[in-house]
Amino acid sequence: MKILYSLLAVSISIAFAWVGTASGGLHYLFGVVFPAVAVFLFLFGIVYRVVRWARSPVPFHITTTCGQQKSLDWIKSSPLDNPSSTLGVIGRMALEVFFFRSLFRNTKMELKNGGKLVYGSAKYLWLAGLVFHWSFLIIVLRHFRFFLEPTPVFVGVLQNLDGFFQVGVPVLFMSDILILGALSFLFFRRIVTPQLRYISLISDYFPLLLIIAIAATGVLMRYFLKTDLVAVKQLMLGLFSVSPIVPEAISPLFYIHLFLVSVLLAYFPASKLVHMAGIFLSPTRNLSNNSRMKRHINPWNAPVKVHTYEEWEDEFRELIKGAGIPLEKE
Amino acid sequence: MYDAGKIITGLILFLVLFTAPIWVNLASGTSAKRPDIKLPIEEKECVAATAYMKASHMDLIYEWRELVVREELRAYHSPAGKEYEMSLTKTCLSCHSNKAEFCDRCHNYVAVSPYCWDCHTEPKEGL
Repeated sequence: MKILYSLLAVSISIAFAWVGTASGGLHYLFGVVFPAVAVFLFLFGIVYRVVRWARSPVPFHITTTCGQQKSLDWIKSSPLDNPSSTLGVIGRMALEVFFFRSLFRNTKMELKNGGKLVYGSAKYLWLAGLVFHWSFLIIVLRHFRFFLEPTPVFVGVLQNLDGFFQVGVPVLFMSDILILGALSFLFFRRIVTPQLRYISLISDYFPLLLIIAIAATGVLMRYFLKTDLVAVKQLMLGLFSVSPIVPEAISPLFYIHLFLVSVLLAYFPASKLVHMAGIFLSPTRNLSNNSRMKRHINPWNAPVKVHTYEEWEDEFRELIKGAGIPLEKE
Repeated sequence: MYDAGKIITGLILFLVLFTAPIWVNLASGTSAKRPDIKLPIEEKECVAATAYMKASHMDLIYEWRELVVREELRAYHSPAGKEYEMSLTKTCLSCHSNKAEFCDRCHNYVAVSPYCWDCHTEPKEGL
């Protein structure tokens, strides 16, 4: 049911853009208005979410510790898994952001040979996640050929590397194959594994199907149902120089692709995809484990009226002296 | 807001990075102008319709290559009923003789670098 609803949402988006541009003549709406609104929602939404997070106090360092804490000199500590300094935290965050280190530790639990519980490593999620994210990044960066004129140098370098094998014309990009493969794995993983299927929600299936649809329309447009690329670049340049134009002769498939991207951008801040910003604000990752070196005081502790021994001694000094009891301070 | 310094720095970095193409385009005054290409003067008719050629000329050329190299077929019948030889050099480049002002203009515009020219020699101006 959840998969069906997600599929339905993506299909309706596709149909909407298709009908709108193929027979509705709403090219300006799909080519300019929706993308602009989506970009605004994306930027505003991310800032809103981050500010909301930043307003939550994190008085204590609640970092997850995956290795030996720094203590005595002769005990070997692990500065990346249990960082005690800012430098260590930066290293840990970088590994997390670029290589998903915590996902690498993913384990699976299985009952084997008549109820024997066995734990094992499970790296496929990490691998598919890594492949998907890196491919997506490369694909987004490659798209800068439509955003800037002249095209920046890094796009050419990426295209040459990505199309290294020079298969066909236009050259087959490895990242296109990899992203579709990884996304398919991530999608079917949720369907095939019963436990995962049980906990999967519409908000898990929908973004996956949406990104699959984006990648698929992109692949279709690049390799099979081609459109006038020069006109596409004109449209994108118009958008990115805030003087939109809508050239003729761009196929509805392009508008479907663009509308799906707009949906993704608009949906992004309101969904789990916002982990793009959230990963930087994860207290269990971005704090150093220095609770035993530095005292962290809860800022909203209620003020407690205390009466120290020194004050007590001052108050009864004469009486204590008179009774012959020794004093801390004579 | 807690850690305002770090949060605001991060957000500014995010906004600048994600809107960078807009600022670069505005600063360099880029407009959405179609690149000028030099069309052949004498010949008015191509081997296929303009819309098809704009989007899919690479398919045609690729197909020609396969037919010529693998099947030894050289005659191409255009939708308009004319016969052409399937040859990049002899057919395409005989009209579109200026690579720099025809092929390259659009290819550079959308950052395409076809590997045709790894083997084929580029026609010299006025050949």
